[in-house]
Amino acid sequence: MLGRTLQEVSAALKQGQITPVELCQRCLSLIKKTKFLNAYITISEEVALKQAEESEKRYKKGHSLGALDGIPVAVKDNFSTSGIETTCASNMLKGYVPPYNATVVQRLLDQGAVLMGKTNLDEFAMGSGSTDGVFGPVKNPWSYSKQYREKRKQKPHGENEDSNWLITGGSSGGSAAAVSAFTCFAALGSDTGGSTRNPAAHCGIVGFKPSYGLVSRHGLIPLVNSMDVPGILTRCVDDAATVLGVLAGHDPKDSTTIQDPGKPFMLSSLTDVSKLCIGIPKEYLVPELSSEVRSFWSKAANLFESEGAKVIEVSLPHTSYSIVCYHVLCTSEVASNMARFDGLEYGHRCDIDVSTEAMYAATRREGFNDVVRGRILAGNFFLLKENYANYFIKAQKVRRLIANDFVNVFNSGVDVLLTPTTLSEAVPYLEFIKEDNRTRSAQDDIFTQAVNMAGLPAVSVPVALSNQGLPVGLQFIGRAFCDQQLLTVAKWFEKQVQFPVIQLQELMDDCSSVFEIEKLASVSLKQ
Amino acid sequence: MAAPVLRGCCLGRCWALACIDSGSRHGRGAATGFTSSGKRGQSFVAQQPLLTAQKSRKGEHKWAAVVGLEIHAQIASNSKLFSGSQVHFAAPPNSLVSFFDASLPGTLPVLNRRCVEAAVMTGLALNCHINKKSLFDRKHYFYADLPAGYQITQQRLPIAVNGSLAYSVCVGKKWRQVITKTVRIKQIQLEQDSGKSLHDELRSQTLIDLNRAGVGLLEVVLEPDMSCGEEAATAVRELQLILQALGTSQANMAEGQLRVDANISVHHPGEPLGVRTEVKNLNSARFLARAIDYEIQRQINELENGCEILNETRSFDYKLGCTVPMRDKEGKQDYRFMPEPNLPPLLLYDTASLPAGADPQQVINIDRIREQLPELPSETREKLIQQYGILPEHSFALLNEVGLLEFFQNVIKETRAEPKKVTSWVLNIFLGFLKQRNLAVNESPVTPSVLAELLNLLDRKVISSAAAKQVFEELWRSKGKTPSQIVSERKLELMQDEEALERVCHAVMEGHPQVVMDMKRGNPRAINKLIGLVRKVTHNRADPMVIKEILEKQLSS
Repeated sequence: MLGRTLQEVSAALKQGQITPVELCQRCLSLIKKTKFLNAYITISEEVALKQAEESEKRYKKGHSLGALDGIPVAVKDNFSTSGIETTCASNMLKGYVPPYNATVVQRLLDQGAVLMGKTNLDEFAMGSGSTDGVFGPVKNPWSYSKQYREKRKQKPHGENEDSNWLITGGSSGGSAAAVSAFTCFAALGSDTGGSTRNPAAHCGIVGFKPSYGLVSRHGLIPLVNSMDVPGILTRCVDDAATVLGVLAGHDPKDSTTIQDPGKPFMLSSLTDVSKLCIGIPKEYLVPELSSEVRSFWSKAANLFESEGAKVIEVSLPHTSYSIVCYHVLCTSEVASNMARFDGLEYGHRCDIDVSTEAMYAATRREGFNDVVRGRILAGNFFLLKENYANYFIKAQKVRRLIANDFVNVFNSGVDVLLTPTTLSEAVPYLEFIKEDNRTRSAQDDIFTQAVNMAGLPAVSVPVALSNQGLPVGLQFIGRAFCDQQLLTVAKWFEKQVQFPVIQLQELMDDCSSVFEIEKLASVSLKQ
Repeated sequence: MAAPVLRGCCLGRCWALACIDSGSRHGRGAATGFTSSGKRGQSFVAQQPLLTAQKSRKGEHKWAAVVGLEIHAQIASNSKLFSGSQVHFAAPPNSLVSFFDASLPGTLPVLNRRCVEAAVMTGLALNCHINKKSLFDRKHYFYADLPAGYQITQQRLPIAVNGSLAYSVCVGKKWRQVITKTVRIKQIQLEQDSGKSLHDELRSQTLIDLNRAGVGLLEVVLEPDMSCGEEAATAVRELQLILQALGTSQANMAEGQLRVDANISVHHPGEPLGVRTEVKNLNSARFLARAIDYEIQRQINELENGCEILNETRSFDYKLGCTVPMRDKEGKQDYRFMPEPNLPPLLLYDTASLPAGADPQQVINIDRIREQLPELPSETREKLIQQYGILPEHSFALLNEVGLLEFFQNVIKETRAEPKKVTSWVLNIFLGFLKQRNLAVNESPVTPSVLAELLNLLDRKVISSAAAKQVFEELWRSKGKTPSQIVSERKLELMQDEEALERVCHAVMEGHPQVVMDMKRGNPRAINKLIGLVRKVTHNRADPMVIKEILEKQLSS
């Protein structure tokens, strides 16, 4: 039952095959069994069970609230949750219990969703590995999959199996791992430079970043306000659309959300792609791209072409400036956004009380990790009067150029862009930490981050397993506010590739019954 | 911009028509400004500039002072600029604080429509160009009462720019010549107020009250077109009256709804402007002019002693009467401005540019606000002068006291007495009584209709002017009695019986042969003495004009 998609389990709840409380308990028990993944920072067991009981009452009366009623979900720990600790994986917010729900959380709860807990991340979402949070790194469930283990056995061993687990990617790695390991059916991430799509690709699930302004940021503890978007992590594209339908729409508490009343996001099944024009941005073909991912990318393009779609090479000429531009804009907003953490109103406060300034300094030194402090320092440098025009203003101009690149491409008739999501499949933790956070973020955001600059919708869809038995994702980028069209294309693609389901039975023999994973006929692209 | 030479300006000869403090209830009584045309000359100008003037007359140096102002006016609005918290003065500490005001992570600003409308209206009243697109910025600094670590303001593109404010000063021998001066308004910007820090020195603690944090402010930036404290104070007073007329700010200085920072420098005319200092938080009208004039003189003294002026922030110590450097503002602040990413550009429309089918709740039409502009103080004063023929300085005096104009107009409505008579009574006698008792106009026991009735009795010559004053005093003591009742109870009517009055006159003349003799010899003052004596005998009940007629008749007979 837990291996099913949100839509499937929702149908099962409706048909009474399982009750919300049973479902919740199964998920809770799996969360406990997979605790070593470190996907969750807080497990909100009591709240979840209470919500499940209420849902169960509604189902009994035949008044279910809809597709999400009774569905276990998880929320990244940078969304405010009323009465539930919200830490951002930082010492600064350890013990901070928000008095209000983020709008997206509230909308999930209003639809009867059951909140299982708050998921792990890089501190304040600053990272691409989910390795730099104060609660430790998140482990990729695929590290323990049958698919990956079998491939590893074929190789000459020598490395310690246990220490060779893989990262999830990040920063929404906890949410990705939670969905991937079947502990919930959908999870909220946040996406500022790829933080939802990157871990989705590494964990073999769908990671969707909606258009900027479509989904409220109220209650999302910001990284870069002008790029942050709540992300949706699910096991299939349809599920992402279902969740988007609940989240999307104007929020009077977020002035950057669009006024237009949102339409329900029901995806039609695309049968004919012959009228589609798929753009392949040539600048995304970088030397660092692994040959395997590159080959999946071109096979995907061929697939579209063979089904009658027009596939053309396009140019996004300013792509190469994206990372450095992002660095300036991101750190500047970080410097500003983090100014509120002074130990006065909430969060960590040091013991030093010599002076207010000394208290600020020590509080912030103790509260933030090196990555956060480094970004604050850099951002304040860029915002100094003497540097502002040379850095911030220029970065804003470059951002405009990057956004215009996309506008030009879409104006030329392209419907959707097809790109890789990541350079390669997930790497082992020990490999990952050989480079520092900044280098890693710069490398890993390369395909995802320009989209945030332009505010466009983008979705990472798992394609196939690599030679190592690890998932690879590809990214579709759509026109602003054409989220539905984007997801429709993604859904068609998802159906064609038939990505295999993660097989975790070997790891959790004792709970194999929990999974009931149907053997799906894998039509892998490799073949 | 050529600044006027200090000497040529308000050195004791310039009398501000607008007295700063008398408008605020809390300030009254303490106010040293004029109350009527009879009490002029209590200028704000301190003695120091006078000394400067004397020095410059000797031809050694001429100094010109340049004064610019940044005025923060709290917007009269039920809720804060970016949150739904209520705004009340003197509410229990931290009782009006939303999650946004406390800068809880994840909260976002939502712009208050009322504040935008207030800014547009104020901009229109101050002849500004209203920017149809304006932007919000973050201004960063760490301070305990600034929870987010930054203030949201409008640094790059404010809502209104390039306006002007006209204010009047009286000059000339009898201060009868009204000169209108103009100060340019650089911009009006919307911004958040900070909270309040309360320093408990005893326990070395700082207590924070966030009730004020996030309240909407209009920052009005006045160009350095003023040259002394008096001009600055008068300009601020005029702005205060305009804001109050518009209802966009209560502008009560005692409650901190109007706060002034002054930028001050001195230089020799014809030479570049000097280094300026900023005197912050001039939150009392009484001290505004004094602080500026002190600072001008201090800078002149420093420069004449060969010292340099530091570009620094100072505060006014009202106990010592001097400005002192602010310790916590030492060192250069870099505010690290950046665009506020959570607020889209603020777009305003006029009737021509209004998008078709726009939701009126979602758009602001500048033309609609222009239509709603009330009469401004300058127009009101002009009308008073035109309509009632009163003196310009009286028109200022009538507007200067909260509620006085309305009182005056209500009296005028109900009396046949001459407007000039009414003006004189309202500004001299009525206002004098209020000031003596430290009362506001709306606390007066004498209502407009009662005063109107009294003036009618006077006008109909039922009572003498002296008796009228007696009645007025009596009205103050015994609330509820009408003037007519008092007149009849105390027998204050003018003697209508001419024969009886002739007898009194006759008797007085008999009793003072020496005075009669003087009068006959042609001493013009002698008759006044006789008139006075007759009035005394009649207990002020006889009309002096009638007495005079009778006396003259009897003398010539």
